[in-house]
Amino acid sequence: MTTIPLFHVLILSSLLFAIGFVGVVARKNTLFILMSLEIMLNAVGVAFIGAGSVWQQADGQVMFILILTLAAAEVAVGLALLIRMQKKYHSLDIDLLNQMKG
Amino acid sequence: MLANLTSIDSLFYLAGLVAVIASLKVVTGHNTVHALLYLVVSLLAVAVCFYLMGAPFAAGLEVIVYAGAILVLFVFAVLMFGLGKDETTNAPKHTGLANMLGAMLLAFALLVEIIVIINNADMQQNLQATVISSKTVGIMLYGPYLLAVEIASFLLLSGLLASYHYAKPDVTGGPL
Amino acid sequence: MIVLLASLPFYPLVSFLVLIAFGKRLSWRLAATVSVSSMALTVLVSAILLFELSTSQNQVLSVNLWHWFDLSNQMGTGAVNVSFYLDGLSAVMISVVSGVGFLIHLFAAIYMKDDANFSRFMAYMNLFIVAMLILVLADNLVLLYLGWEGVGLCSFLLIGFWYQEKSNVLAARKAFIVTRIGDTSMAIGLLLIFNTFGEFNIAAVTTLAQQADIVTDPNSGSSAEQSNNIYWIALLLLGGAVGKSAQLPLQTWLPDAMAGPTPVSALIHAATMVTAGVYLIARMHGIFLLAPEVMNYVAWLGALTLLLAGVAALAQTDIKRVLAYSTMSQIGYMMLALGAGAWSAGVFHLMTHAFFKALLFLTAGAVIYALHHQQNLFKMGGLLKQLPFETSLFVVGLICLMALPGTSGFFSKEAIIAQLWSSNTAGPMLWWCAIIGALLTSIYSCRLFFLAFLGTARCSEKPQAEKSILLRSALIILALLSLFGGLIPLDLTLVFSAAIQTPLVQLIEPTWLHSVAIITPFIGILFSWFYFKNYRRSPLKVTEHNIEASEGKFVLFCRQGLGFDAFYNMLLVKPYQWLAQVNKRDVFDQIIMLNVWYVGLWHDSLILVQNGSLRWYLAAFGLAIILLLGVSFL
Repeated sequence: MTTIPLFHVLILSSLLFAIGFVGVVARKNTLFILMSLEIMLNAVGVAFIGAGSVWQQADGQVMFILILTLAAAEVAVGLALLIRMQKKYHSLDIDLLNQMKG
Repeated sequence: MLANLTSIDSLFYLAGLVAVIASLKVVTGHNTVHALLYLVVSLLAVAVCFYLMGAPFAAGLEVIVYAGAILVLFVFAVLMFGLGKDETTNAPKHTGLANMLGAMLLAFALLVEIIVIINNADMQQNLQATVISSKTVGIMLYGPYLLAVEIASFLLLSGLLASYHYAKPDVTGGPL
Repeated sequence: MIVLLASLPFYPLVSFLVLIAFGKRLSWRLAATVSVSSMALTVLVSAILLFELSTSQNQVLSVNLWHWFDLSNQMGTGAVNVSFYLDGLSAVMISVVSGVGFLIHLFAAIYMKDDANFSRFMAYMNLFIVAMLILVLADNLVLLYLGWEGVGLCSFLLIGFWYQEKSNVLAARKAFIVTRIGDTSMAIGLLLIFNTFGEFNIAAVTTLAQQADIVTDPNSGSSAEQSNNIYWIALLLLGGAVGKSAQLPLQTWLPDAMAGPTPVSALIHAATMVTAGVYLIARMHGIFLLAPEVMNYVAWLGALTLLLAGVAALAQTDIKRVLAYSTMSQIGYMMLALGAGAWSAGVFHLMTHAFFKALLFLTAGAVIYALHHQQNLFKMGGLLKQLPFETSLFVVGLICLMALPGTSGFFSKEAIIAQLWSSNTAGPMLWWCAIIGALLTSIYSCRLFFLAFLGTARCSEKPQAEKSILLRSALIILALLSLFGGLIPLDLTLVFSAAIQTPLVQLIEPTWLHSVAIITPFIGILFSWFYFKNYRRSPLKVTEHNIEASEGKFVLFCRQGLGFDAFYNMLLVKPYQWLAQVNKRDVFDQIIMLNVWYVGLWHDSLILVQNGSLRWYLAAFGLAIILLLGVSFL
């Protein structure tokens, strides 16, 4: 039924990944950085599902579930840290966290 | 290729387009809650893509867990702790696409490279028509990937504890 | 008997170890007993060995203690053993070393009684005796070199005994460095011997050298090369002897070595260590006989040192320095004797010189002590009345030094002078040098005596003599030996049997040779009696009490050792210091620091990357991935 080439799925995946990358590097607000990270993770999931569909194995979806778990834990901890940062610096500018310099 | 498009396939490309546009809006947005909502839209579009790729279980999970739990958590945190104000101490005078130029160049280079590499890999495969049902996935999870599931639960537990601990209000004079 | 010979150096060695191990915890009495009794044992054993030697076959005793190591080259295997060889020459040396050493130890035990580091002093003295005995008993050159270095070490330790005074340490360092130059020359000579003959054993080397000389086949290249090498070997060994015996050109250390305590000056720098060079040449006489040019050099070096030291002694103000230059001069006599081929006479003079020089030094020490450590001659005087005992002993020493008839010095010096005129490697010119040297000896001896003991007392404090019986008896024994030691029959003909040479040119000796030699010291005494009358007379007027040392330019030049110190300073010390100054930042260190600079450069440039900004790091990740993919793509 479907004749979508794997190539197109991977293009979609890499496009979303690149957009997420731009967001991570270019935005100053830590919250936006976290959101962009979610986009990147999602893009990876797309690639996995596509591959699983090509080879007709459920492994792709299993991998996606694990990525999901990872994203959930990461968001939880990330938001908690963000809350602390807000309390201390009263701002979410990531350039304030620059004490680990050489 | 356009002539051979069946409606199902065109839906896939449409959903993909929506996902890309929504992601772009997330990355370039200034209002936090708007950006979150755009992110939800993007995730839902991707869920549609999953369903069309023959992975209904993944699509369901994407909607329920990713968009429905993780992003809701985001929204709750933003609204409850006042993280929504986009205060940046070194805010640039002119917010626009200009300060994203360097990152865009890097990302563009990355994109081009990845596509060129994938192109040269000579992949002729198409996605298959058969659907991989939840049953198959479940058998996989309880079979070969059992250990991974257990470890995933550890991960979630530690994430829970860590976030609880960090988000506690400060009690002066006691251990942190 | 053999066991006795083997054990000879071990008595003082045991004493040294005990004193070093228990040092400060021993009382003066105990430390003195240990060290002096070990020396007494050594004397006893030496006497027994001497008796044994006279009754043994070949007049030789030898014993092998243990095998040390093997060296081999294409000439053969040179086995180096720790073994001792006693013949007539060694017998003379061990009796001098142990006998005079014992008396000096006895003197020192009482003289250094009040010193805080008494045990250390006696330990070093004992160690010196050990090293000297090894040196004279060694049957191979490596063991001899061990003893050679050992005496050099002890000399350093003892000169700088009062190390808290910087000048003493500098004097010790100077002695060590100057003798080091000689030692290096000797070491090269040793290596050349091994290279040429493949042996270190002295007797074997002598035999091989004589064989090489006999075979004069021009076709055989090795023996011609060996003969050529013998010249260089002899020259290098001479270098070693010159360093240790303080002859020209390495004589500058001996006057400064008087910074050590007086027993040290007596033992090391009069009686024994400085004679090690003479012993070396005498022991290696087989080699030297085969290189007549080198023997000529030896004779000339001896004569020049003789004259130089005599002139310098005339200008000194310190009593010990006069005696130091006198020692230098007398060893010049011994070198002259050896160079002229008068081997037995040279060794005989070594023995008698040990007696009277030790006596002179020890008596001078007693005088210095009595005058509360006053060493300046121009602040002494009139001691004849105040210290009669010391004065009479000093007179005995001086008349032996001047070689007045009847004393031991007379017999030995006449023996030397008699063989100079018709020797192959010496000659009339050197005979005249010896005569002038004898004249100078008597003049400076008289000057010394008049300044120190006659005239008015210029010392402000009353002298307090040391009245210990043991001390005085040691001095008396030395005095008796000086007077009558010339009658000891010294038969070294067997040792030097190969050395009897027939004169190449038959010179008819003038008949007046002998008489001139005998009356020379008397001429000297007569001359000084009138020339130095200011020193010896008690002036009638009170204002003439103080005699000042002359400060004329020439006198100063002589006082400072005839400019050798200044010359070496300009030639060697100043350029070295300049070089050290130029290299203050150490070229090699700077080259290594280049490495550090390079690393620092990289650090300063790369540290800019670590600016703490998270987004920069992420961008760097992206850039890295792009580059990696690009590289893999290519």
